[in-house]
Amino acid sequence: MAVFEKRRLWLAVLAAFALAFPLLVTNGYYLHMMTISFIWMIAVYGLNLFAGYTGYLSLAHAGFFAVGAYMLGILTVKAGLPFWWAFILSCALTSLLGLVVGLVALRTKEHFFAIYTLCVGYILYLVIDKWDSLTGGVRGFIGIPAPSDIGPLSFQTPVAQYYFVLVFLFAVMFVMYRLVYSLTGRTYIAIRNSEELALTLGISTMKNKLASFVLSVFFTSLAGALYASFIRFLGPDIAYVTVMFDFLTYLLVGGIGTLAGPVVGTLLITFLSQQLQFLQDYRMLIFGPVLTLLIIFYPHGIAGGFIRYQAKRAEARRLEQKANRAAAELAASRQGRGERHVKEG
Amino acid sequence: MELFVQQLLNGLTIGSVYSLVALGLTLVYGILHIPNFAHGALYMMGGYVTLTAMSQAGLPYGLAIVVSMVAVGLLGVLMERLVFYPLRDAPPLHDKIAAIGILLFLEAFAQFVWGADYQTMPTPYGNVITVFGLTLTVQRILIIASTVVIMILLYLFLKKTFIGASIIAMAQNREGANLVGINTNKVAMMTFLLSGGLAALAASLASPINLVFPGMGHLVILKAFVIIILGGMGSIPGAIVGGYILGFSESLGATYVSNDYKDIIAFAILVIILTVKPNGLFAKEGH
Repeated sequence: MAVFEKRRLWLAVLAAFALAFPLLVTNGYYLHMMTISFIWMIAVYGLNLFAGYTGYLSLAHAGFFAVGAYMLGILTVKAGLPFWWAFILSCALTSLLGLVVGLVALRTKEHFFAIYTLCVGYILYLVIDKWDSLTGGVRGFIGIPAPSDIGPLSFQTPVAQYYFVLVFLFAVMFVMYRLVYSLTGRTYIAIRNSEELALTLGISTMKNKLASFVLSVFFTSLAGALYASFIRFLGPDIAYVTVMFDFLTYLLVGGIGTLAGPVVGTLLITFLSQQLQFLQDYRMLIFGPVLTLLIIFYPHGIAGGFIRYQAKRAEARRLEQKANRAAAELAASRQGRGERHVKEG
Repeated sequence: MELFVQQLLNGLTIGSVYSLVALGLTLVYGILHIPNFAHGALYMMGGYVTLTAMSQAGLPYGLAIVVSMVAVGLLGVLMERLVFYPLRDAPPLHDKIAAIGILLFLEAFAQFVWGADYQTMPTPYGNVITVFGLTLTVQRILIIASTVVIMILLYLFLKKTFIGASIIAMAQNREGANLVGINTNKVAMMTFLLSGGLAALAASLASPINLVFPGMGHLVILKAFVIIILGGMGSIPGAIVGGYILGFSESLGATYVSNDYKDIIAFAILVIILTVKPNGLFAKEGH
């Protein structure tokens, strides 16, 4: 129970820090970086739900991210819809696309699924890149409006946009938290651990995988829509494989299949990237081997490693207590026997 | 009609390159059951090593290709030893992510060493000849011919030599191969050597027609995946046939459908195949 309380406290401290961040740091650049990393976090939570908890590596998520972003751009600029309608619609339509892709893709397993989604991702990229009249092609897509006001709330300033994104991040984290500790979340984990066993237990794996996939696409498209409304310029390279690999790096460094992983990994890597900015295009010289070494030697990531460490310590403590108790009992029984001896003697 | 035949020839050229790449990929998949996402990076390295051997060391084209095949083959072996071997008992997710890490590293490495520019590879076989009213460069004939030669050599190697037979044995049954005393480590290294060599050969042959740049492996590797799914994961004849099928459908598609979307054809084929048969065509039963 104490551990749980302590975690609550930690969460509260972190949330308070996130809320107070714009007041503490007045540097506009850091605020911008923080906002953008919150957007990545939402996308990484989407990936985490499916790769980390359900156990399927989807390489199409950068594509869905881009579709969400472009959908918002197209619906606001080309179709002239009000921002909020476009925002909701872009997430809904991308999720629908996810449903269609999922229906087919989830018939495949393991390697086939990874290759299939890799190709889906590439098709999405090619379509965005080539469909000039709709997406602007390589020239990019400009003129996406910022979120329109809701009553007295305005989202024009960077600080307002920071809070705007933060609210969505909190919402996603809350949903993930509730989901993972629910029966549905446990079902996903059961599928990850052994799909055959889950089937034997009477779990409809297809239905559950599909639900998980669509929700994961929904999170990612939400991140895409937020990205579009925050950056307000889109290029086809946000659908490219490199973005996918960024998501994967964030997730793996933080800890795949953990709740804290996406936050820890994204913050750390974004921060490191800032420090390594002089490397520019060569940063993959470092991140590539890091990704590979991590998966060989430390596959659970920072959050995962921490959880394991704690679990190990708790187990050690339990064993120690057990041993102590046993020793005490042994000593007591010896003493008892000794007393008997004395009596008999 | 002439356009059609010309396109068939083009398809044969592209198909040869695809087949070579897919052969390496399918060999590795057959032995280790890893979808080696880094194979495209090996292809790219092959292009660069040949180019460097020609421009820096002044080697002739043929010798440069041999150097490149050996170098990239050894790079493949290194990859197996350092990354895939330690991961042999890990969940399948890990191999894929590790391969992606290698891919990123090699691409950044190529960009670091050779720059991001598109480079041309000069070749002594650029002259154009006319056969039966068809114009084609000698390079294209070279591609088609050497691919056929390599395929025959590979076939002989796998069927007639002991090492080749042990590769096939391991592809069929890893434990079984181990039981009869085949050194699986050696076979795995051998397979990566072959796979890297084939990728380097494909890149060196294709580069004079295309260009050399850090991202040159992306599309090729994706298409090679399509091919080995088309031909059955791990199947060697499947990789060859699949490569030519894809080559033909692309060159014909580019002419008669749309040049812009010709790259989508491969992925459309894959999506259709996996939609109908989720385990790929020619999936082994009960596997």
